[in-house]
Amino acid sequence: MCNQSVGLIQRAVEASGISTVSITLIEDITKKVKPPRALSVPYGFGHPLGEPNNPELQHAIIAEALSLLADETSPPILKSSNVNLKINL
Amino acid sequence: MAPLRKLDPFSRFFMKLYRGVRYEASPHTPLRLPLNRCRVALITTAGFFLDGQKPFEGGDCSYREIPNAIQTQALINGHKSAAYDERGLETDPNLAFPLDRFKELETESKIGSVNHRHFSFMGSITKPDVLITQSAPEVGRILKADGVDVVFLTPV
Repeated sequence: MCNQSVGLIQRAVEASGISTVSITLIEDITKKVKPPRALSVPYGFGHPLGEPNNPELQHAIIAEALSLLADETSPPILKSSNVNLKINL
Repeated sequence: MAPLRKLDPFSRFFMKLYRGVRYEASPHTPLRLPLNRCRVALITTAGFFLDGQKPFEGGDCSYREIPNAIQTQALINGHKSAAYDERGLETDPNLAFPLDRFKELETESKIGSVNHRHFSFMGSITKPDVLITQSAPEVGRILKADGVDVVFLTPV
């Protein structure tokens, strides 16, 4: 439900005139809600930025998500993360 | 993507039945400034709140304002769920609310500034009407009035 809620909030914030980007853990829900820009990450619930106390990984995911703001493709933009850090959860 | 098989059986069953909200198109506000000139705010649906604020309830569409000046360890996890392991989040709230990471981006001048406040919502909302029509647009208006250019959102 969290991923749907994020998408719904994101749509409202974007509609108020702010550029937005989100992380998603469930692509299927994001495809339905269609927030303007989302980065799909391969982690489990509770771990949208990968791993606790791993600033390097968290920064890599954030940078990849922020890069979607410069994507001039028409929304919805849904990209799978390429962050090359495997973790075991 | 988190495959549904990672969920416990009850959540999996519920997710299969739950039809959810579906849209055909996205709203679109193109980025008007380079990131290093943008003011950025965070929104999480991790259900974080602070001491003295009202805890979230199940299905709660309200939000809590999180001042930028707080220490991340002051965040209280209000989104207990059988669907995920919350230990990581309690060890490091940046996992779902990357306040320290964005302060670092500000220090490194990769973003213009971090807004003086952020917002936290509850994630488990199965009846999102109030979220769609009231609380989410309200937060959008507040952040727009703050001069925010970019919002970064994280689920949990």
